[in-house]
Amino acid sequence: MNKVNLDLENYRKLLKQYMITQDEKALYQAEQFTKLSMQHNISPEEIVNVHIQALKEIYPDLPKEIDDSMSFLLEAMISYGLAYQEFQSLREKQLELKSEISVAANMQQTLLSTVKPSIRGLDIGATSIPANQMSGDYYHFVKDNEDTLGIAIADVIGKGVPAALSMSMIKYSMDSFPLSQRNPSAILENLNRVVERNVDPSMFITMFYGLYDPKTSVFQYSSAGHEPGFYYNAKMDKFDEIKAKGLVLGVSNDTVYQQYELEINKGDMIILLTDGVTECRLADRFIERDEVLDVIKKFTHLPAQEAVEQVYKYFERLQDFQLRDDFTLIIIKKDV
Amino acid sequence: MDFQSCVKINREWDIVGARQIGREHAKKIGFGTVDQARIATAISELARNIYLYADTGKICFEIINEIDRKGLWILAVDNGPGIADISQVMEDGFSTSGGLGAGLPGVKRLMDQFDIISETGKGTEIRTVKWVRK
Repeated sequence: MNKVNLDLENYRKLLKQYMITQDEKALYQAEQFTKLSMQHNISPEEIVNVHIQALKEIYPDLPKEIDDSMSFLLEAMISYGLAYQEFQSLREKQLELKSEISVAANMQQTLLSTVKPSIRGLDIGATSIPANQMSGDYYHFVKDNEDTLGIAIADVIGKGVPAALSMSMIKYSMDSFPLSQRNPSAILENLNRVVERNVDPSMFITMFYGLYDPKTSVFQYSSAGHEPGFYYNAKMDKFDEIKAKGLVLGVSNDTVYQQYELEINKGDMIILLTDGVTECRLADRFIERDEVLDVIKKFTHLPAQEAVEQVYKYFERLQDFQLRDDFTLIIIKKDV
Repeated sequence: MDFQSCVKINREWDIVGARQIGREHAKKIGFGTVDQARIATAISELARNIYLYADTGKICFEIINEIDRKGLWILAVDNGPGIADISQVMEDGFSTSGGLGAGLPGVKRLMDQFDIISETGKGTEIRTVKWVRK
């Protein structure tokens, strides 16, 4: 196929060929001509103009009525040309924004990164997948010298960039607390004051904080309105909700959080999640919490990390690979 | 600068008058058909803005004859409410009249030079030039 030339001469040739033969090949070449024109930002009125010129060359005695009607068409195309140019420039802007957000998302990943610690006797699995590029979910592990494990999981109501910005604040506030301060209720009370002072009143953050001490096998926890997780009691082969009362962060500056305790025995499990898991939308309804638990149960025989990944894959497929909310799931199994 | 000719914009039909005079100037200077149509469309947008937002104003024309180039200078002046945020009205996709590609960014695309001065409560002045393509 000849290279399509973006000039009047070429258009005239194509037009002439078509007028004589009504040949499909000429039409195909006209299509190529249009595509090339678009790549070179040629607006529709210019194509009409090229058409008029070519027509006049082929038919020097073009009736005045046809000539006038073609000028009329040219005028009518001007606004289409403008709309097309606007569309092009908006498309470029959209690409710029997209790449800017992806830089921000990378930065967020670096800022919020956490290392999954190894604690003797525990098998830990964790995954967090944002619905869009930036996440409003957050989880974090803290291991201190005495091998105790702190686990934070939080969710900003809302998603996208504003939620992501708030999350960075939570992470840095937590980093600034002294290591000696490990009580879940005290940590939530301090964070609540930070959020109340610094975040827009329309934005809420739910959070769960747990502390596990391998010496005593006790799991202490507090919740700030966070989606309840599940506790698996191996001896009774039974899943229970980890119930904990507490107001979401940022509502009032003197909120007090109650602290609860669980004794974790061999084979027991703690499952923590965000509402991106439990509010997984099926075609016309939200999934029920019982159904969520049923799905999780299917995979808990696997090593913890594999289990959280399989649960995610299951829900991703269930939602047609279009996550509507950020998804975070943590499974902690006690092996010994 | 004294402009050779001005058209007052009071009613919607004055927009047509402004287009007519602008096109005559454009023809005289030697603009091609496509550029004539672009100039007329730019005049429409400028005049419509006056008609819609400022009640009264005018569109003026001046032929530029320089040694090496010719052009048409169009001035749109009104005593309307003025534009508080010029950057915003110059943004693509922002159009109070809701038209695709329309508005002042459209005028800027249709013409070669574009300048706008506006003061809230006093009015707006838009100066724009199109040069004849050699």
